[in-house]
Amino acid sequence: MADDTGAPTAPSTAIDIAWHVRNNVESATAVVERHLAEIERRESDIHAFNLVLADEARARAAEIDEAVSVGRDPGPLAGVPIALKDNMCTRGIPTTCSSRILDGWKPPYDATIVTKLHDAGAIVIGKTNLDEFAMGSSTENSAFGATRNPHDTTRVPGGSSGGSAAAVAAGFAPVSLGSDTGGSIRQPAALCGVVGVKPTYGAVSRYGLVAFASSLDQIGPFATTVADASLLLESISGHDPMDSTSIQRGPLEITRQLDFGVAGLRVGRITDLPEGASPDVVERLEQAFDELRAAGAEIVDVEVPAFTYGLTAYYLIAPAEASSNLARYDGVRFGHRVDAPDTNAMYMATRTDGFGAEVKRRIMLGTYALSAGYYDAYYGRALKVRRRIAADFATAYERADVLLTPASPTVAFHLGDKTSDPMSMYLCDTYTIPSNLTGDPGMSVPFGTGDDGLPVGIQVLAPALQEATMFRTAAVLEQRAPR
Amino acid sequence: MSDRITPEAVAKVAKLARLSLSDDELQQATHQLSDMLDHFADIDALDLDDVEPMTHPTPIANVMREDIEQDCLDRDEVLAAAPAAEDGRFRVPPIVGLDD
Repeated sequence: MADDTGAPTAPSTAIDIAWHVRNNVESATAVVERHLAEIERRESDIHAFNLVLADEARARAAEIDEAVSVGRDPGPLAGVPIALKDNMCTRGIPTTCSSRILDGWKPPYDATIVTKLHDAGAIVIGKTNLDEFAMGSSTENSAFGATRNPHDTTRVPGGSSGGSAAAVAAGFAPVSLGSDTGGSIRQPAALCGVVGVKPTYGAVSRYGLVAFASSLDQIGPFATTVADASLLLESISGHDPMDSTSIQRGPLEITRQLDFGVAGLRVGRITDLPEGASPDVVERLEQAFDELRAAGAEIVDVEVPAFTYGLTAYYLIAPAEASSNLARYDGVRFGHRVDAPDTNAMYMATRTDGFGAEVKRRIMLGTYALSAGYYDAYYGRALKVRRRIAADFATAYERADVLLTPASPTVAFHLGDKTSDPMSMYLCDTYTIPSNLTGDPGMSVPFGTGDDGLPVGIQVLAPALQEATMFRTAAVLEQRAPR
Repeated sequence: MSDRITPEAVAKVAKLARLSLSDDELQQATHQLSDMLDHFADIDALDLDDVEPMTHPTPIANVMREDIEQDCLDRDEVLAAAPAAEDGRFRVPPIVGLDD
């Protein structure tokens, strides 16, 4: 590899880094040091991390270099620095969910993905910022302050996995992990100009992912390339006995089909897609259809009439599940407690002090949707709408192999633009929400720029467990993206 | 603004959720929740009588295993992460025996 001057450049993708480390061309220590230097240089402007694990990363790099020196293969992600969203449990290392209520809490166990990453030779370089308990679309709802978009630091990176998206976009790590409950990987990926994937529900273990809405949450990768995202997803997927909702099958197989192209593939255009995407984004979507057609795909029109009701179903179901999941933060077992004379007063004081405004709003909305007298009208109906949405997608997938939509209605917006109007923030998730409700996979792939030269992401959707088809569509879009 | 939810209802919900709100927060929450419920009224007109509720993306069932001894989390490590512990247990303020 060489830059324009002919001087050799350091490998930047996970695949290249792992190749260099496994073949003893660059040490894991050198890889870690140059990423820590990049963090040192720009992190104060971006605030991607809640915690940078410099010492731990250096120690792990030394282990990997030692393994290579004695002829042992550290694994497919050898020496690859990775950033983890700070809602994934790391044993003995603070895991905050960007909430004051987990102040001082150190998990007594590792999430399954942490163990899998370790076994694959990856190096956890830090824990990234998020909207508190993953509730938000801008990473402004953090007890530790907002993360900024590396493309323009006056703008948001999206959310809730904004820290993980920004870390990859800024070159702090070649890859990262986020969690996606309603678009929290795909929307920030779009806004930060990186690849972001929400896998099929159950493809990746949720053991050790702090629960927000258990029937919707899924862990997935961020990367600068489709191939890196594929390698990382393969490494973390597969059944886990510790997560009873994880699918009973081995790791996803994606990379083998990555360059198969889209000749003959049926790509669906949703004719009744909810409005709200800005003209610059719509223009790129049209261009994406054109490029896939030019690459041999057949573009077919499909209808998904219930798509438009996704937002309502989601913002009743997710808060309902959250109100139940977050009942555990009562000042007894984890982190923060505000002392009071009796337990009930202690619960109330701890939760009132520990949770931020958006989390309280969603807990109240969810509690309301589940409460006597309103359950049938809100939560019960939302579950029926969810079934209707799944049925409409199943019908669409009889005619199309994949579907294309915008990942986000707009390019990155300015900090503070949507913080006073929760409903305007929720509308950011319009196009990403349905796949969480159905459990199907979706990913955002960078495809040129929109207003103010900011990145646009195209979302590729596919039926459950059809990640290989989704990824090869994304690979063609990556290849043909406007420069 | 709409009046889909009253301040009294919001106060009740907050109490159920073990959250206390100031008067200002109560007014703001009432306003914001009403706005949301307005938006969510888009599903009111749908005929959903024959639709089965969908609680989960995949059909799930209880997972059983043989009843054999296994390692579990280290008790001291778990208790060390709690706000207060004593004699191998979580320590909490009084639950019973209060005067009121």
